[in-house]
Amino acid sequence: MSLLAIQVTTIGLHHYLVLGAFLFVCGLMTILLKRNAIGILMGVELVLNAANVNLVAFNYFSYAGTNGAPALNGQIFAVFVIVLAAAEAAVALAIFLNFYNNFTTIDVERASNLKG
Amino acid sequence: MDAINSITNAHAEAVLFYLFGGMAALSALLLVLSRNIVRTAVCLLFTLMGVAGLYFLLHAEFLAAVQLVVYAGGTLILIIFGVMLTSKSPFSKFEPKPGEVAVALTVGMVLFGALVLALHSFPFPAASPDVQGKYPLVGLGQALLGDYLIPFEIASVLLLVVMIGAAYLAKGRRHEAEDMKHTTPASKTMRQWS
Repeated sequence: MSLLAIQVTTIGLHHYLVLGAFLFVCGLMTILLKRNAIGILMGVELVLNAANVNLVAFNYFSYAGTNGAPALNGQIFAVFVIVLAAAEAAVALAIFLNFYNNFTTIDVERASNLKG
Repeated sequence: MDAINSITNAHAEAVLFYLFGGMAALSALLLVLSRNIVRTAVCLLFTLMGVAGLYFLLHAEFLAAVQLVVYAGGTLILIIFGVMLTSKSPFSKFEPKPGEVAVALTVGMVLFGALVLALHSFPFPAASPDVQGKYPLVGLGQALLGDYLIPFEIASVLLLVVMIGAAYLAKGRRHEAEDMKHTTPASKTMRQWS
């Protein structure tokens, strides 16, 4: 059984990828379950963090740097993801504040003005 | 002696992985289950700190520091300010419908099972690499200002655009609000704001 062959004491790439998958699924379920718009934003942040864990783990375990230097592509990708997540959070919160000004709630079910 | 040292190091790494990973996973699960938005934000804080610990384990020290400073120190404070500004009481609850819970549970469990099965059926290299010595911070800076200069500059322009856009969006339309002060319920909130 290859499923049971996972090692417990030696931490490999599999462990990080499973953890990343778990964080991704938790973020997705947060997006699906929360009706508060800021809760949905937190789910998006969790999904981005799961992607970051995967990127950094692949960067560490693939180790394909030139002439002995460590590979850094995954870490640089993760830095850009963090920057984009911060920018996305700022714009999303500005939109939510505007929405709250117009509707006095941030329940996403109330945002149905454009519904046909 | 070296063998004993390496065995102890491997065990310490495993223990730290389970500590940080367990913290991140447990608080992510609580984040899904919690109905209180303030508690959700605290769970997100612990998840981010656990992920930062994992970055330390993966020898990405700079990234761990950035995660703590930008995420836990900046983005999360922004989110908490948003929570405080947009809820009349900080303990407002939004209950999901049972159908939504069923759909979300099904999607989540199927996706997680599929991902884990796919991961186990693919042969990744299991050996941990040997990254003794060279600390990659110099390489990171040189790569950001060398190979990745154009994305770096685009990111800085994007941050400027986001700053101006967020300030414009969050400012609201105060003059219009004063014009229709007697008509809309939103103007009450606007008066509280200004």
